[in-house]
Amino acid sequence: MAPRAGAPLFRMIRFLLTRISLIAPTFFGVTLLTFALVRLVPGDPVELLVGERGIDPARHAMLRAELGLDKPLLVQYGTYINQVLHGDLGKSIVTKTPVLQEFLTLFPATIEISLCAILFALVIGIPVGILAAVRRGSVFDYLAMGFSLTGYSMPIFWWALLLILMFSVTLGWTPVSGRISVFFYFEPVTGFMLIDSLLSGQKGAFSSAASHLVLPSVALGTIPLAIIARMTRSSMLEVLNEDYIRTARAKGLAPWRIIILHALRNALIPVITVVGLAVGVLFAGAILTETIFAWPGVGKWLVESVRRRDYPVLQGGVLLVASVVMLVNLLVDVLYGLINPRIRHQR
Amino acid sequence: MKTRYVLTAIVLAGLAWLPPVFAKTLVFCSEGSPEGFNPSLYTAGTTFDASSRAMFDRLVHFKRGTTVIEPGLAESWEVSADGLFYTFNLRKGVKFHTNKDFQPTRGFNADDVLYSFERQWKQDHRDHKLSGGTYEYFNSMDMPNLLKSIVKVDDYTVRFVLNEPEAPFIANMGMDFASILSAEYADKMNAAGTPDKIDLEPIGSGPFQLLSYQKDAVIRYRAHAEYWLGKPAIDNLVFSITPDAAVRYAKLKKGECHVMPYPNPADLAAMQQDPDIQLLEQEGLNIGYLAFNTVKKPFDDRRVRQALNYAINKQAIIDAIYLGAGVAAKNPIPPTIWSYDDATKDYPYDPGKAKALLNQAGYTNGFDTDIWAMPVQRPYNPNARRMAEMIQADFAKVNVNAKIVTFEWGEYLKRSKAGEHQTVLLGWTGDNGDPDNFLHVLLGCAAAKGANRARWCHRPFDDLILRAKRTPDVTKRTELYKKAQAIFKQEAPWVTIAHSVVFKPIRKEVVDFRIDPFGGHIFYGVDLRP
Repeated sequence: MAPRAGAPLFRMIRFLLTRISLIAPTFFGVTLLTFALVRLVPGDPVELLVGERGIDPARHAMLRAELGLDKPLLVQYGTYINQVLHGDLGKSIVTKTPVLQEFLTLFPATIEISLCAILFALVIGIPVGILAAVRRGSVFDYLAMGFSLTGYSMPIFWWALLLILMFSVTLGWTPVSGRISVFFYFEPVTGFMLIDSLLSGQKGAFSSAASHLVLPSVALGTIPLAIIARMTRSSMLEVLNEDYIRTARAKGLAPWRIIILHALRNALIPVITVVGLAVGVLFAGAILTETIFAWPGVGKWLVESVRRRDYPVLQGGVLLVASVVMLVNLLVDVLYGLINPRIRHQR
Repeated sequence: MKTRYVLTAIVLAGLAWLPPVFAKTLVFCSEGSPEGFNPSLYTAGTTFDASSRAMFDRLVHFKRGTTVIEPGLAESWEVSADGLFYTFNLRKGVKFHTNKDFQPTRGFNADDVLYSFERQWKQDHRDHKLSGGTYEYFNSMDMPNLLKSIVKVDDYTVRFVLNEPEAPFIANMGMDFASILSAEYADKMNAAGTPDKIDLEPIGSGPFQLLSYQKDAVIRYRAHAEYWLGKPAIDNLVFSITPDAAVRYAKLKKGECHVMPYPNPADLAAMQQDPDIQLLEQEGLNIGYLAFNTVKKPFDDRRVRQALNYAINKQAIIDAIYLGAGVAAKNPIPPTIWSYDDATKDYPYDPGKAKALLNQAGYTNGFDTDIWAMPVQRPYNPNARRMAEMIQADFAKVNVNAKIVTFEWGEYLKRSKAGEHQTVLLGWTGDNGDPDNFLHVLLGCAAAKGANRARWCHRPFDDLILRAKRTPDVTKRTELYKKAQAIFKQEAPWVTIAHSVVFKPIRKEVVDFRIDPFGGHIFYGVDLRP
C-alpha cells in the first residue's frame, strides 16, 4: 500500500520542484525588466529632487556618483543583482530608508485590504453566480450578469470617488479615508489594523478600523466580484449538465443538496484558479484604491516612487510584489492539485 | 466628619456630571508624505510642513502670514558696516523637546547653532554624511561659498563671517534649511551608537513635538508645553496624509479634517457655498512666466521680445487657465515683496503693435519657433499645456508659427537649463521674501546657465542687483530694485504672465489660521472653537 500512497505524493513533489525551478528565471526576468524599464523612462532623480531651483553641474555629477548612476548600465545591473542575492534591496533615494524596511511597514496594509476585498468578492460573487446558474434565463440572471459586466468595466478611480460621495459625504455611513479614526492612537504590533485595534483594548477602535475598511474593500473587490460571479455561473452551468447531477436528481435528492454538495464542489475548482489570478489584479487595483483612500500600502508607495524616479524603491518594490504574486500562484497551484478530483482519480 | 464625607461625595458626583474636558486636536489633511523629519536634508514643502514648520525654530522667524522678519532663537543681531559680520545674540531659556531616548540637560545655546550649520557645511563633520548627507537647499542658496567661518563668541553669541557682503543673509536664516537641531541629542545618539535617530526622531525646540509617524498614513504631534513663545492653543496636531484633492475635500466636508491644502480649482465655487467651510485666499509669492532664450536668434533682438509681449492676450490666459485665481504679472517679483514697482506699465495686448515691431526687426513674414510647456501642474501655473496652446494661437496672429514641446519633468528642467529651448514656460515660488531671491536667482548673469532660463545677461541690470545684494540698507536696496525692474520691463527677457492666488479651505471652527506666503502650513497660533 505504501508505494501506492507515495506515488501521488511523489508526483506532487515533482510538480512542486518544477514550479519552484521556474521561479528562479522569472525572478531574474523581473529584476532585468524593472531595472531596464526604470532607466528607459526619461527623468533624472537628482533633477527631480531639486526642481526649479536647479543644481550646479559639479554637484549634480557628485550626487549621481553617490547614487551609483554614473557607472555603465551593465555594471549597475551587476551591482544590483549582487546586492539582491545578498538580501540587500538598497535604500530609497528620497527617504534614505532601506527598501525592505519600507515594504515590510506598508505591506500588511495591502494584505489587509486585499483579503477583505477578495472576501467581499467571494461572499457575494459565489452565491450570485450559483443563483444565476440555477435560475438561468430569469430576470435575476440577466440583472446579475448585467451588473457584473458593469462592475468589471468600471474605472476604479471613478467608482471609488462615487462610493465616497455616496456613502461618506451624503449618507454619512462610512468614514472617507484612512485606516482608523485619528483619535485612536496605538503603536502597530502586527501591522494589520483589525488585529492591532483589538489588541489595543481601546473602546471603539475595532469598529472604527472595520468601518474604514468597508469602502476600500468594495472598491477594490468589485472587479474580482464580477469575475467570480461570472466564472461561478458558467462553471456551475457546465457541471449542472453532467450525468452525475442528473443521477442525483433521479435519486430524488433535495435540490439544495444537489447544488451545494454535488455541483458546487466541482464548479468551484476553476473559481479557485481565478482567485489565484485575481491576486495580480488586486495589486494592480490596490495602486489606485490606496491612492484614493489614503491607504498606506505598497501600491501608493510604488506610484510615488515612479513620480520621484526613486530607482531602488521601484526595483525592489516591484521585485517584492512580483515575488508575492509568484508565491500565491504557487500556493494556488498546489491547492488546485490537492483538491482536483481528477488528480485523485489518477491513483 | 460625616458631613464632610457626604459633601465630598456630592461634589465628586457633581463633577462627574460635568462634560469631560477634551484635548483640542487639529487635523490637517496633508497632500503627501514627508521625505523625512530633518528639514536641512530635503527641499519639498510637504516635508517642511511636517518638520521645520511644526517642530523647529530658526535664528530668525517670518512673522506668521507675512514675509516680515522677526527675532526667533536670536533675540537680536548686528551687521558690521562692511556687511561681512553677522552677530546673533541668542535667546536664553529655550527648551528642547524630550523623547524616550533623550532628556535634555541644557537649553538651547551656541553649540546647537554651530552643529546645525557645520553639519551641512563641513564635509569632514562627524554627522555630515548621515542620512545620505545631501543638503540641497543649503547648497542652492550658495551657503558654502558665502560662509567663511561660524564663530562661537560665547554660549549665547554666534558670529557668521561671510566671504562677501550678502544683504539677503538674514532672510536666509529664516529659511527651513536653517532650522536648529539639538547638538546635545546628536552627541548622545552618536555615543549610544544610534546616530540615525538624530534625523528619524529629531529633537527641535519648536511648538510641536513629534509623537509618531506611520508611514504614508498619519503623523502625530503633541504641543510643546514649554515652548518659549508659550504653549500652542491646540493640544495635538495630526497630519492625515491624503493625496487626492477630491478626497481631501470630502474629509473636510465631513469634519474628518480641519484644514486642507491644494483644493481642485473646480471645487472652489462649491466650497464658497458651504456653510461649514471658510475659503481663505491670498496672492501667492510666485510668478509664472514665458522666458525667451535671449542667446538664440531671433530672441537676441529686444524688439522681437517686446513684440511677443504685445502679442499675448494675458487676461484671456488668466481667465481660462487660472479660472480667476491669478492676477496679471507685470514685474518679475510678486506684489507682496518689498520693492515691487507698482508704477511699471505692462505691455497691453496689441497685435498691431507687435506686427509693427516684428517688421522693424526684419521679421515681416514672422518666423518659426517653439514653446516649451511643463508636463506638471505647479503652484504658479495650473495648466502649462493649455497655456502654451493659447500663446501659440496668439503668436499665430502675428505670423509667428510656434510648435509646442514637452518632456518629462526632470528632463524638462535639465534640457531647459541647458538652453535647448527657444521659449519656455516656467515659474518660481519665493524662498525668503527677498527680491534678490527672484531677481538675482532667475535673471542674474551668474545664473545665465542655470535657473536663468532666458540666459539673459544684461550688465546694467546685473550691476544694479549685485549692488543691491551688497547694500544692507533696505531703502537703498528698494531704489536699486525699482530701477532694475524698469530695465527688465524695457528689455523684456520674459513675458511675465501671472501670480497665482492661493486658496485654503478650512473648517468654520478653526480660529486664526493664516495663509503662509511661502506656501507652508503653520499651526502655531491656530485655535479650535469648541
